[in-house]
Amino acid sequence: MTSRKVEVLVGLFVALAIAASLMLALNVASQGTVGQGDTYTLYAKFDNIGGLKERSSVKVGGVVIGRVEKIALDPKDFTPVVTLNISTAYDQFPETSSASILTSGLLGEQYVGFQPGFTIDDIENLADGDYIADTKSALVLEDLIGQFLFSKGSD
Amino acid sequence: MDWLAKLGQSTLERFAAIGRATGMLLGALLAAPQIKNISLTIKQIYVVGVQSLSIIIVSGLFIGMVMALQGYTILVDYGAEGSLGPMVALSILRELGPVVTALLFAGRAGSALTAEIGLMKATEQLSSLEMMAVDPLRRVVAPRLWAGLISMPMLTLIFSAVGILGGHLVGVEWLGVDVGSYWSIMQSTVEWNEDVMNGVIKSVFFAFVITWIAIFKGYDSVPTSEGISAATTQTVVYSSLAVLGLDFVLTAIMFGIE
Repeated sequence: MTSRKVEVLVGLFVALAIAASLMLALNVASQGTVGQGDTYTLYAKFDNIGGLKERSSVKVGGVVIGRVEKIALDPKDFTPVVTLNISTAYDQFPETSSASILTSGLLGEQYVGFQPGFTIDDIENLADGDYIADTKSALVLEDLIGQFLFSKGSD
Repeated sequence: MDWLAKLGQSTLERFAAIGRATGMLLGALLAAPQIKNISLTIKQIYVVGVQSLSIIIVSGLFIGMVMALQGYTILVDYGAEGSLGPMVALSILRELGPVVTALLFAGRAGSALTAEIGLMKATEQLSSLEMMAVDPLRRVVAPRLWAGLISMPMLTLIFSAVGILGGHLVGVEWLGVDVGSYWSIMQSTVEWNEDVMNGVIKSVFFAFVITWIAIFKGYDSVPTSEGISAATTQTVVYSSLAVLGLDFVLTAIMFGIE
């Protein structure tokens, strides 16, 4: 029966269109999962996160080792707390490691630059749930200009 | 004075054509929908929608891939290749998706509609329907109009989704843009109402214009082989021009400066 075949194909067509709009809704207008494998969680407190966003990358020397999972404000001291998901392939960072918010290129997106610290015998590695103690905030251009003008004015 | 008379005659003929086109549209739209005609509409969705899928998917894929390639070579100079995702997604969702789908639809489905209806007229099938007290507007024209209006937005959504996947294929898999920045910056830039829905609204307008022109050109064609071939050509030319002109107007309304 040809009309049966036509109905099935039209049904498939509609299903394909629904799948396309779902894909646009979930992946383009809101993010699905970008496969990462096993991760562990680190926290970092910054004074100012600048334009950092959820799912921004965490890099060591340009190599992506994880992603920003969540950005929230600590309710007690009102500083931003950034939750980082780091791949378990890189779980040997010492506690002296530092995190800073950097910008890729002149106008590019912001990411967390991770700087592994020195290793001495009695220094442990960062483990799941630890806070990174040494952090540097995002460079806000307006603050920088303000400081420059202020220092010029006081001369 | 002869040319003046001809000018007047052709002007009058233009207005008469617009009048006939409006009458046909109203006749088709206002005809009470009949349940038994739904199967006719489904048949037409198969003809104009399902059979256009292959050309839509292939062109969407290649346009997304080309956008990613072109965008990458420019953006990489500024170290801004992370912005490739939003560039590909926004240009496809807002402009290329609706417009290219409409142009392909005009060439693939619009011309076929004109030829089919023109041949129906030439072989006096439309007059035979009237002889049997079946309204050809309701039986032949309305299902095709509805099928076009339903199919085009769906084709546009499929085109956009495939195009963005094509951009991913070239940008991420081949040129090595970070997969997280491709999707996450795209997601933070693209808005559902502003970008996705405006593209869909555009495609509804385009579908309306294309199917209207295609059906009217067939319905109004001179019932000879030359007449049908001229009508088919006019369908493609007029609907392409109408789509591009309408696109500018819609873009100005949707994204223009208030």
